[in-house]
Amino acid sequence: MSNSRTLEIAVGIFVAVGIAALLVLAVNVSNVGGLSSGSQYTIRANFDNISGLKTRSAVAIAGVTVGRVVNISVDPITFEAVVEMTINSSFSEVPVDSSAGIYTAGLLGEKYIGIEPGGAPDFLEEGSVIRLTQSSIVLEKLISQFLFSQSNDDKK
Amino acid sequence: MFDWFAQLGKNTIEFYARLGKEILLFIQTLLAFGPVLMRPGLITQQLYSIGVRSMLIIIVSGFFVGMVLGLQGYNTLVDFGAEESLGVVVALSLVRELGPVVTALLYAGRAGSALTAEIGLMKATEQLSGLEMMAVNPVERILAPRLFAGIISMPLLAAMFSAVGIFGGYLVGVDLLGVDEGSYWSQMQAKVDYDKDIVNGVIKSFVFGIVTTWIAVYEGYKCIPTSEGVSRATTRTVVYSALVVLGLDFLLTALML
Amino acid sequence: MPEIDNNLVRIRDLHFSRGHSKIFNGIDIDIPKGKITAIMGPSGTGKTTLLKLIGGQLKPQRGTVFFHGEDIPSMKTKKLYEVRKKMGMLFQSGALLTDMSVFDNIAFPMREHTELPEVMIRDMVLMKLQAVGLRGARDLNPSQLSGGMARRVALARAIALDPEMILYDEPFTGQDPISMGALVELIRSMNDALELTSVIVSHDIHETLAIADKIYIISQGKVVGHGSPQEMNQSDSPWINQFVHGEADGPVPFHYPACSYKDDILQGV
Repeated sequence: MSNSRTLEIAVGIFVAVGIAALLVLAVNVSNVGGLSSGSQYTIRANFDNISGLKTRSAVAIAGVTVGRVVNISVDPITFEAVVEMTINSSFSEVPVDSSAGIYTAGLLGEKYIGIEPGGAPDFLEEGSVIRLTQSSIVLEKLISQFLFSQSNDDKK
Repeated sequence: MFDWFAQLGKNTIEFYARLGKEILLFIQTLLAFGPVLMRPGLITQQLYSIGVRSMLIIIVSGFFVGMVLGLQGYNTLVDFGAEESLGVVVALSLVRELGPVVTALLYAGRAGSALTAEIGLMKATEQLSGLEMMAVNPVERILAPRLFAGIISMPLLAAMFSAVGIFGGYLVGVDLLGVDEGSYWSQMQAKVDYDKDIVNGVIKSFVFGIVTTWIAVYEGYKCIPTSEGVSRATTRTVVYSALVVLGLDFLLTALML
Repeated sequence: MPEIDNNLVRIRDLHFSRGHSKIFNGIDIDIPKGKITAIMGPSGTGKTTLLKLIGGQLKPQRGTVFFHGEDIPSMKTKKLYEVRKKMGMLFQSGALLTDMSVFDNIAFPMREHTELPEVMIRDMVLMKLQAVGLRGARDLNPSQLSGGMARRVALARAIALDPEMILYDEPFTGQDPISMGALVELIRSMNDALELTSVIVSHDIHETLAIADKIYIISQGKVVGHGSPQEMNQSDSPWINQFVHGEADGPVPFHYPACSYKDDILQGV
């Protein structure tokens, strides 16, 4: 029955094209293929202020994304923000004395965590804590500081 | 005075009786998926008339919608110097909203109306009755394979729509208007989330697939078996599908945000 | 009960109404095995409805329809589908499946209900087509058939599974004399050759009187007369007389119920 054969071929093409489109969306359009796959390790860092940082924000070394923020909570004693992030295992040789800071991509862009590598011989591993941190710059504080210093200058 | 209450009561009872029957028929159709899966030939046939035949209109429409998004998005973004984000804008609008919704609307017009007319005519020409008298259950033989094929087809069609649309946006944005190719794709990949955007879009189109196909099949099965009845049922299919899809879209978006 | 042995279908005290209009108001019908029973009556008396009640497609409000001594209205769906395999029904329009050829239409019930190999199905389909004289039309589509041919194909499909009983819904309506003759001939010969029980619903009085063994006349929800064709012709019941001789006015009035003509006319003044 050649008729039902062409029908089957057409349906086969339809399903294949549909699944291909789904794959394109998953792999090419979204970030599923990038970082969430493969092995990772989790590190933590404490910040005084993380304003604007969200879960799934990027973690970058020298501007290259190496991981994602997975959890943000508040330390009940010190009232510092505790940020947990996963780093891709291919970046396993990050020195323990590296520092982490919260930066903004562009003037109005998203917040991300930038890691400045240190020089120690030991590397960060699962559960490590980054000691040296620089908090998020809060624009309002910066402006008010600037205004106060201005008015103080005026009084002199 | 009592007449008024009696009328209200009667209408309420009739409404629930009808609703109950509809739900019962839906459950019967779902239960018939079992025997239908034993006969993949029936599903293949319906995948052809529902899916393959809708493919062309979906792909062409997706392409144009993507190009329009590229053009409009670019003109808006360039004012903020953010034309690098064009890929994100195109991809997110398609994957989250336009892909599932426009596909469902086109599907209702293309496949849904055809389904209603087909089943309605089968009823008008006593074919459904004939099946019953040949001891063949029309729910199993006619409704179930169509519903199943519709549920499979919709997410695939929506994915094609989005993928082609993103390509259309790329053609306009990158080739025509000069957005940087690298940033078109990389920004898109950085901002489009697999779980939040892609999967939610697929869930939406899956739900739309169930709803629009069911409306089409049900309207055909329950229509008044005359030529006027069939034509009215066909119109109802398209109208109800459009309303339900748009309403459900809001609901699903709110639920999944 | 000897009655069950002779009668394939036994309808007792059947009530059926659609909305507010009563269609059947307590009818009793016996359909003897191996015979052709005709159910006649003016249009709109629910003759087709009666066939659907026998086939279990509709459920009566009251009463019983026994088929082989089993009550059809109280059957579960599964059992009902089993019983329907023993019935064939010829619809007025033929009700052929429009998306397949004549051959596939007749093969359809066999493919659905049996596990027979395709070679055997082919032989059986050709046999049935030969019986209705349409073996040459097997590759046509239902839309290419004339009304009479479609009915013959439908007949071939109805006997595909060798049923015990065939229900004919208005088999003669709208047929030209030649195909009418062919159908009358077919129904009679099928009934005798396959030892079928036939139920014909019709209002074509001459054809029906010619082939039926037993006739029921229904009017306004009641059986108004039954007997052999001779008895019908000689009956002095006004109902039967009006129907058999095609008189415009009688117990079944020519006028649809209305207020008096004079009042109606005067109201417009």
